[in-house]
Amino acid sequence: MADTMAEIAVEAALPRPLPPRAHEDPPWVRRTLIGLAILVMAVLVVVPLVNVFVEAFAGGVELYWQNLVGDPDTLHSIYLTLAVAPTAVILNTIFGLAAAWAIARFKFPGRAALTALIDLPFTVSPVVVGLFLLLLFGLQGVFGPWLREHDIRIVFAFPGLVLATCFVTFPVIARELIPLMEAIGSDEEVAAVSLGARPWQLFHLITLPSIKWGLLYGIILCNARAMGEFGAVFVVSGHIAGKTDTMPLRIEKLFQEYNLPGSFAVASVLAMLALVTLFVKTTLEWRTRRELEERKRLSAQGGEA
Amino acid sequence: MNDVNRRILPGFGLSLGYTMLYLNFMIAVPMAAGFWKASSLSLDDFTQAAFSDRALAAYWLTLWTSFVSAIVNVVFGGLVAWVLVRYEFPFKKLFDSLVDFPFALPTAVAGLVFGSLLVEGGWYGRFLVPLGIEGAYSRLGIVIVLVFIGFPFVVRTLQPVLESLERDVEEAAACLGANRFATFMRVLLPSITPAVITGFALAFARSLGEYGSVVFISGNMPYKTEIAPVLVVNRLEEFAYAEAAAIACVLLSISFVTLLAINLLERWSARHHG
Repeated sequence: MADTMAEIAVEAALPRPLPPRAHEDPPWVRRTLIGLAILVMAVLVVVPLVNVFVEAFAGGVELYWQNLVGDPDTLHSIYLTLAVAPTAVILNTIFGLAAAWAIARFKFPGRAALTALIDLPFTVSPVVVGLFLLLLFGLQGVFGPWLREHDIRIVFAFPGLVLATCFVTFPVIARELIPLMEAIGSDEEVAAVSLGARPWQLFHLITLPSIKWGLLYGIILCNARAMGEFGAVFVVSGHIAGKTDTMPLRIEKLFQEYNLPGSFAVASVLAMLALVTLFVKTTLEWRTRRELEERKRLSAQGGEA
Repeated sequence: MNDVNRRILPGFGLSLGYTMLYLNFMIAVPMAAGFWKASSLSLDDFTQAAFSDRALAAYWLTLWTSFVSAIVNVVFGGLVAWVLVRYEFPFKKLFDSLVDFPFALPTAVAGLVFGSLLVEGGWYGRFLVPLGIEGAYSRLGIVIVLVFIGFPFVVRTLQPVLESLERDVEEAAACLGANRFATFMRVLLPSITPAVITGFALAFARSLGEYGSVVFISGNMPYKTEIAPVLVVNRLEEFAYAEAAAIACVLLSISFVTLLAINLLERWSARHHG
């Protein structure tokens, strides 16, 4: 009897292989699914990405460089994009901060509707947006005669490009900031105000430091979208080469002229921009998460003390 | 807490006022101009412009290519989200950040690249064209670029939901004798259904308005491969502004209905699974 008891005890003490965990998939399922997912990503993302650069550099580095800077119209499109996108980003940053402050910090009637309205550009076709701007500011448009009288050009000119870009990209920063500010909460801001902080001090000493990474990411993503905007800009620009062609429009024009190497050269610059955006995003997300955790830990300690 | 905020924190009137002003300027005013232009047509002319055979073919093409690509994205996106949440494998972080690539890449670049991949002699085309699969300048091409464009939406909607699922439930199902397949079908699938629907709707809505990538790959043949936004541009290039506005109004209505449906779905899923 004692013998068997000892046997049982010894057996229980021996390391035994763990039974397969009930919520884990069998290895063959796991391997198949991982393989399929990698295949999907390769076909959909990696191969196209590689293709852009292979096509762009197909004629060698020298020809690539020539395609970019040798063509004055292409060069101008790069300058124009570098002017339009930052202007739109600045306007949208101010809007994003205002919208996030109103929506994440206060309760008011129509708050849900306002949040939904901010998403509108994600679903409205950019072409429709461009058309409406044309109908508003174009020669035949509502303000057309008045604008002509005062010699102000909006459509087929820089302001129109900025407006179209602004519309398409304005949700990006607000969408990034609203959930972040809701997650952070308003305790610190309320404390600062009760300690006598003025509005400007409140913003740049309390709010801005806590949202800076999220804001930066929003700005970078908004910039990427702004530089790449096609549909709305296509309609309002009038595609005047060397005047109102931005980089994406230049890609289309070179493509229509069967100048594929030139088209791919411009495309490779924009693809590079997308890669940089992704890299910054990954880094910043990691930082924001760490700071939020730190914040939680500190406030938990404060609660205990 | 939020009610207290309004008495304590500054800037409520200023920030809300500015937000409303900006949105008005960006959305309400241009939209009014669009409807004003469309309303300059008589009802008959409007119907003729907005519901001509060519326009109807374009709406139909836009709707079904968006629908098919969103379905494909549910499968692909579901697979990728599942693998990212549940399994470990080398370069997973890199894999994860590449999911957002279609969102960061300008649509014109996407159209250009998929066009060059799918033509005869392109990296994909040289295998597909001999099989009789014409990717470039076809409806298939439209579906392919729309899958690319909508891909991140499904993955990013599903990922947090899959992460929040409790593993205990699956263990309980296994203890009660369910195999993995039954657990997936009867325990996991019902709880991720709302997220799947939301992801589908987002990808669908995004595809409805897509222009930049499709214009490179579809060939834009009336009645065959001409999607609705391309038709709007073609009408514009004929200087038929009112006709273009009529089609745009129909497109806009479709967008509104989709947006409304997404919001109702989100509310519904929050109530049932919140």
